[in-house]
Amino acid sequence: MPRTSHWIVRRLSHLDGILLTLVVALLGISLAVVASASGQSPARISGHLVNIGLALTVMVVMANVPPHILSKFGPPLYVAGVVMLVGVALFGEIRNGSRRWLNLGFMAFQPSELLKLALPLMLAWYFQRNEAILRLKHFAAGGAMLLVPFLLILRQPDLGTALMIGASGFYLLFFAGLPWKIIFGGAALGAASLPVAWGFLHDYQQRRVLTLLDPTADPLGDGYHIIQSTIAIGSGGLFGKGWMEGTQNQLDFIPERTTDFIFAVFGEEFGYVGVIFLVGLYLAIVARGLVIAARAPTLFGRLMAATLSLNLFTYVFVNMGMVSGILPVVGVPLPLMSYGGTALVTLLLGVGILMSVATHRQLNKT
Amino acid sequence: MSLATPLKNLDRELARFHGRLKVGAAFVALLAAALLGRGFHLQIMQHEHYIQRAESNRISLVPAAPNRGLILDRNGHILAENYSAYTLELTRAQTHDLEATLTEVGKLIEITPGQLRRFRRLLSESHEFETVPLKSKLTDEEVAILAANRYRLPGVEVKARLFRNYQAGPGMAHVVGFIGRINDRDLKSLRETGREENYRGSVHIGKTGLEQSYETLLHGRTGFDQMETDASGRAVRMLSRIPPVPGKDLRLYLDADLQAVAEHAFGDYLGGLVALDPNTGGVLALVSKPGFDPNLFVDGIDPETWKSLNESPERPMVNRVLRGIYPPGSTIKPLMALAGLELGVRKPSDSIVDPGYFSLPNSRHRFRDWKREGHGVVDLRRSISQSCDIYYYRLAVDMGIDRMHDYLAQFGLGEKTGIDLEGESSGLLPSREWKQRRWKKPWYPGETVIAGIGQGYHLTTPLQLATVAAMLANGGKRVEPRLVQAARDPLTHIWQPLPGVVRGQVAIAPEHLEVVRQGMMDVMRPGGTAAASAAGAPYTIAGKTGTAQIVGIKQGARYDASRLARQHRDHALFIAYAPTENPRIVVAVMVENGGSGSGTAAPIARAVFDYYLTGKRPGDMQLEANSAAD
Repeated sequence: MPRTSHWIVRRLSHLDGILLTLVVALLGISLAVVASASGQSPARISGHLVNIGLALTVMVVMANVPPHILSKFGPPLYVAGVVMLVGVALFGEIRNGSRRWLNLGFMAFQPSELLKLALPLMLAWYFQRNEAILRLKHFAAGGAMLLVPFLLILRQPDLGTALMIGASGFYLLFFAGLPWKIIFGGAALGAASLPVAWGFLHDYQQRRVLTLLDPTADPLGDGYHIIQSTIAIGSGGLFGKGWMEGTQNQLDFIPERTTDFIFAVFGEEFGYVGVIFLVGLYLAIVARGLVIAARAPTLFGRLMAATLSLNLFTYVFVNMGMVSGILPVVGVPLPLMSYGGTALVTLLLGVGILMSVATHRQLNKT
Repeated sequence: MSLATPLKNLDRELARFHGRLKVGAAFVALLAAALLGRGFHLQIMQHEHYIQRAESNRISLVPAAPNRGLILDRNGHILAENYSAYTLELTRAQTHDLEATLTEVGKLIEITPGQLRRFRRLLSESHEFETVPLKSKLTDEEVAILAANRYRLPGVEVKARLFRNYQAGPGMAHVVGFIGRINDRDLKSLRETGREENYRGSVHIGKTGLEQSYETLLHGRTGFDQMETDASGRAVRMLSRIPPVPGKDLRLYLDADLQAVAEHAFGDYLGGLVALDPNTGGVLALVSKPGFDPNLFVDGIDPETWKSLNESPERPMVNRVLRGIYPPGSTIKPLMALAGLELGVRKPSDSIVDPGYFSLPNSRHRFRDWKREGHGVVDLRRSISQSCDIYYYRLAVDMGIDRMHDYLAQFGLGEKTGIDLEGESSGLLPSREWKQRRWKKPWYPGETVIAGIGQGYHLTTPLQLATVAAMLANGGKRVEPRLVQAARDPLTHIWQPLPGVVRGQVAIAPEHLEVVRQGMMDVMRPGGTAAASAAGAPYTIAGKTGTAQIVGIKQGARYDASRLARQHRDHALFIAYAPTENPRIVVAVMVENGGSGSGTAAPIARAVFDYYLTGKRPGDMQLEANSAAD
């Protein structure tokens, strides 16, 4: 018995107190908002609790895996992910007009989910390996590692996920020291080729962008979600309508309101004050992540911590931007708030890695 | 290449990494600022706009139609009332296959071919999302059957609806009129008069008769339930309610029993009768035979019944009292006599010797009297009681068409009477100016001659004749005929009288009026043209008979052979008032193809006088009349 408790204490000692507090605060808010958005559905609430429990467990496990071991998972996960993406392109199931799912017999699986972590892991492993002799050619190789899954996912077609994965890869290259000349050159080239890229977009993708520019043009179709969610947020005002009191929420006007559009429910019921507080929590997590990155003893740890932090906020930005009508509708959940097991586990897996980097500092110094 | 030590190298790398971290942090701060800026815009700047949109999202107004006012006769007998019944209704847009649904419904409950025809007609007039009735007045059993099968029949609904019942029967159809479903034309006129909002939730609107002319009073004000609804439009709870204000009940001057007596008195003749109170203009009875069943129209009439009603040679849909126009014939004579006296063209004692014909100077054409051998010596009083044509030929020539027109116009001829029903005809009072305008021809002297006995271009409605008779009875007060005397406020239940309208007073020398009245009384006395119709009456009557050739309702061509003989007869006319010393009732009767006024029209007026003044009903109708009073 004492042995067991000692073991548990040792496992928990790898948790970062600040991160843990912030994450638990967000999950608490999430539970309250999911309860309100689901009309206090017991199934939804207990499902969410199970997801939270599972994800926290995964986080604790990841926090205990030392970074140098973690880095070794990079190449195999990356290769497996890319192979599966090729498999999707060849044999994937078509759902809603795009080929994203791989049927593994016992479950359907989106390989693009795997790459959200596998790509940064792979790149961080690669740059750690070549830390001493880092040259431009390594960035070129890193860019290639980024482009392969990016293009495969873009082909599915899934522009949203491709951009998110592309962003995570780019962050890593950036923190690894990608020269500014290349960044600015690439940005200029990208801006110039925007009209050409527009032509390559699928009809529905073009429509989504157009809907964003003028949601009222299609108030019953694509525009409906954005119109209803902005009404919800705007009608919340400074202090919100109160928990469980949002009419847009309670009367079904907000679509997908426990998952992708949960921010609309939050904005309606807790107002601008709530939004400031929520954004503040996310910023605190990012700040903590960047501090961990700054203190990390290895390049792998630094790159992973910085990338995961920025990545998390990118998701926050894309989701909130979409729900409040400044970005196109892409199916991105709000980190740590939206109902949904896969996303939550993936996110807390990332937070676990952050904690691992934070707490294995001294151990790996040499 | 690099000469720096690995350690120095590491420091430089770390410094660069920290720089990049700061850039990353700045980037995140930028994104956060964008989000908070957007939040500020939506939640602070645009908050009012969005709170309003959220409210209009969740709140919907459900109209609550008011109960329509009742129509009662002067004694409180109900002529038009409401009842609630279950209706089977279909919404085309919600049915998967309309024909299959109709077949299915037909298997469950009986749908007659007439109901199906009516349904298809209504369907063709309505939008896809409108609900159209298929069968009304469902029995409890039918409601149960349909309720049990509802799940199989999308778009089929059983609804409780308010209906109108006209229990007074066909005889009252031309007075009360009927309501019908609101069609595109009604909707347009409601929109133009700004009343559209008040008809949200209403299905019916007055189409004819009092239902039409008193629509604004009868309809009432639509109420609104403020409901909270969810995104799918389902009502969650009621937030507030503006209750509907029911329409006003109307009380008529008309006596349903008197109406029944008058109708009965026509026997199998067709025609029109109107009885007025000469002092108020109140319409005591208004009969146009044949009538029709107004209940057929309430929920849409089926096309075949409509066709048969509309194309019937008897023209049951035409209100003869308001719209039947006939030459007034001899009924114009009392007024012509009064004109002669008032204009100084005749004195009461002026007499003529009637040889049976009249010729204009320098003309050999003979205008004949209805009595070939003539009436001998005739003064003004006798000219009325004997209906001497020659007297009036001469009078007309001496007066001239211009003075004749101007005097007669004061009594409302050639003008709508202003009765509170729509569709009234103004008839025709001929004049030189009119003929020039209408026919581009000068007025001929011979036309003046026949105008003197109410023939030629003259056209009047029975209602106009009744108002002329009322003015003779009341001494020249021109009252507008009125059906409705009072309206009851639905909230206070207080009857508020609706004031009548007096259009003016014609100044008449009392001694002139008295002579004319005596002449009209002589008509009803032994030796007068209608003496038989006054025999044994415990009150005195003043009247005048007349005949009219068949003009006005164009119907001649359609009569079938068996009725040909009667069809060739003239229309019989009669105007009268009673009692003469204090006139309480004026009657104008027109009997289609009745032959002579004295033979068919005057007895009908007598029956009306008897009932109104003494309460005596014709011997053979005691029971019928009672049933109408229930």
